[in-house]
Amino acid sequence: MSKVLMKGNEAIAEAAIRAGCRYFFGYPITPQNEIPAYMAKRMPETGGCFIQAESEVSAINMVYGAAGAGARVMTSSSSPGISLKQEGISYMAAAELPCVIVNMVRGGPGLGGIQPAQSDYFQATKGGGHGDYHLVVLAPSTIQEAADLVIEGFDIADQYRNPVMILGDGILGQMMEPVEFRFSNRRELPPKTWATTGHTGERPRNIINSLIIDPQALEDHVNRIYQKYGHIMKNEVKVECCNCDNADIIVAAYGTTSRIVKSVIYLARQEGIDVGLIRPITLWPFPANEFSRWADRQHVKAFLTVEMSTGQMVEDVRLGVNGKKPVFFYGRTGGMVPEPSAILEEIKKVMRSVMK
Amino acid sequence: MIKVFERPKSLTDKPFHYCPGCTHGIVHRLVAEVMDELNIRERTVGVAPVGCAVFAYEYFNCDMQEAAHGRAPAVATGIKRVLPDCVVFTYQGDGDLAAIGTAEIVHAATRGENITTVFINNAIYGMTGGQMAPTTLIGQVTATTPYGRDKDRAGYPVRMSEMLATLEGSAYIERVSVHDIKHITQAKKAVKKAFETQLAGKGFSMVEVLSTCPTNWGMTPAEALKWLETNMIPYYPLGVKKEVE
Amino acid sequence: MTHQIIIAGFGGQGIMSMGQLLAYAGMLEDKNVSWLPSYGPEMRGGTANCNVIISDDMVASPIITKATAVIAMNKPSLDKFENAVSRGGLLLINSSLIDRKASRDDIEVCYIPANEIAEKLGNSRVANMVMLGSYIAKSNAVSPGSVINSLTKVLGSSKAHFIPINQKALSMGAEYVK
Ligand SMILES: Cc1ncc(C[n+]2csc(CCOP(=O)(O)OP(=O)(O)O)c2C)c(N)n1
Ligand code: SF4
Repeated sequence: MSKVLMKGNEAIAEAAIRAGCRYFFGYPITPQNEIPAYMAKRMPETGGCFIQAESEVSAINMVYGAAGAGARVMTSSSSPGISLKQEGISYMAAAELPCVIVNMVRGGPGLGGIQPAQSDYFQATKGGGHGDYHLVVLAPSTIQEAADLVIEGFDIADQYRNPVMILGDGILGQMMEPVEFRFSNRRELPPKTWATTGHTGERPRNIINSLIIDPQALEDHVNRIYQKYGHIMKNEVKVECCNCDNADIIVAAYGTTSRIVKSVIYLARQEGIDVGLIRPITLWPFPANEFSRWADRQHVKAFLTVEMSTGQMVEDVRLGVNGKKPVFFYGRTGGMVPEPSAILEEIKKVMRSVMK
Repeated sequence: MIKVFERPKSLTDKPFHYCPGCTHGIVHRLVAEVMDELNIRERTVGVAPVGCAVFAYEYFNCDMQEAAHGRAPAVATGIKRVLPDCVVFTYQGDGDLAAIGTAEIVHAATRGENITTVFINNAIYGMTGGQMAPTTLIGQVTATTPYGRDKDRAGYPVRMSEMLATLEGSAYIERVSVHDIKHITQAKKAVKKAFETQLAGKGFSMVEVLSTCPTNWGMTPAEALKWLETNMIPYYPLGVKKEVE
Repeated sequence: MTHQIIIAGFGGQGIMSMGQLLAYAGMLEDKNVSWLPSYGPEMRGGTANCNVIISDDMVASPIITKATAVIAMNKPSLDKFENAVSRGGLLLINSSLIDRKASRDDIEVCYIPANEIAEKLGNSRVANMVMLGSYIAKSNAVSPGSVINSLTKVLGSSKAHFIPINQKALSMGAEYVK
């Protein structure tokens, strides 16, 4: 397979098709419009189905139906549209329906703007809808990784019967990079014996449902889902550590921001500061142990979390570090992107304060 | 000297951001002129949509609220119930009103909500770069109907005026066009009638304005006006669809 | 070696495809590349720009704050991005549409009458290719051959008949700065 130069949004759409997704239901919103446009073109060629729903509410419920019918199905949107999808997402998590949901985050709250942001971290990782549940949240930083994670994301969704979210931002969606569609470590997946495919008398009928009116039964159901989450937390954590071995200070960042931090590592070295990076690839399950492990190391003086938000992931970093070292925060929001020089300044400030 | 092109008082000085030849600007002007003529500017609250007219709050020189995508009729309901003596209007595109906001517009009409809606039907989503709208014609190519709108895949274009006219709460519904001077004059009359319906407390009023989007139709402004006339009017017949005495 | 190029002009000048060609050519040469456009609600004839990085190393941030080269296709772009050129970097100015001189003296500046050259070729729309030709000749970021190989990919086969004139424009641009 050779590499092609593709926009992030298009690569995500193509990766989904390669992963066997044949159903896409969406609604236009910037900065992810290339995904539905690509699907509108490609789905008919593959014998699949693209529908532009009348709203995000409708789109996610189409996803519910299609997933319940046993299909690989995807939807995509950006922040305001993802807010509308939260009801359906909660129902899907409760009914244990697999699907992939893409959020190309833009500045909020409200209608906000259309420039890149990371201010939907809480919504994505702490349950944006009501009730006890989690999504598996994957945060690619390059287009290659986005394609890989979409392909793997479908497998994760099917393996655990849970919605998976790809959390990107406007930059990842709009930029172009070389990408290759590859299938490393594909999983053995259980057959979808639970799907409502018409039972034709060959098996007991199936019901896809999230109503469990008896509190004891509902508690049992939620506990069972949480046992599943336990497995996910044990088996699915993904994290990249870079330059941490001798680092004076470790920066935590994900997605686009982590790439900017990688530029800063180089700048900092020229100033004699050794900066490491911990980049969570799964935002849920969060790589808390990785933070704990590095926090134990003598040479690490402090952590600095950098986000395109007013400080959301930093709360999970603090839980991971657990008071062993100070955790600082720097962020821009509203669609502003942190500049390398500003991050470097922040690193120096942190160094001065911990050296005192 | 008689100033022919005096700017209505109900428009601010802010220059429109619309593309050259876009009819949003014409309709803004008509609404503003009607507000001037009825002398209601100072007791009007407008609701802007999400769509190319999202910045309508910058242009209409009255109190304005900006609503979430499709929710303008619900927001207007809230305003009207608090301020029954104010004039309340929404200004919405076809994605906003006829896709994501269908429930809100239908139920504002069924309640006979005493508000006025100006509905811009340009058969496409302008703001997001030219995707299919519920009003996109069969065969029309858009970003999400790259092979032309196919009734088997994407269904049929919706006639909102006719649909809303069936509801008891609708008091006045008319479809107009702005593709030439004659029709623009008629459009203004309809907008005025709609606001007067509200002033008389008769219930829900709406004017659907057939409009152009030269940018996303991929046409010059002149070609777009022609296309509207030859393709949209046959499918979306002009005229009064409902009028209660 | 890392080339960080900002290309800017107004919508319709072929800014985005210039950048894509460069990135594509870099990819064909097995380099690491990225292309990042400015995006907004409908460009509406406004300004457009893109950031292109071509590097032997992994591309860290795709956002360019210090450019090794800026290609300014119109005056607002020059005003906006002149200061983004890093010291010793390269500034290419489309002198057909920009009547002012650069104000920096710590960088190399080339004035290229790209629209005039393109008109001589019979199509003012290839002014972008003229500038690209000049840039490649000056920077050696990619080889002219790779750009030509990228043309079919970026333009698409339906526009294959435009390849010869694009090729011509590239070499005229290169010629001009020799
Ligand atoms: C919940 C939500 N979904 C999607 C969008 C993106 N969006 C902005 S405008 C628009 C459609 C506008 O089309 P239309 O109502 O026809 O108005 P026009 O731009 O043509 O005037 C969409 C889908 C949004 N802002 N919020
Ligand atoms: S995109 Fe279309 S509807 Fe929007 S301002 Fe431009 S012409 Fe008007």
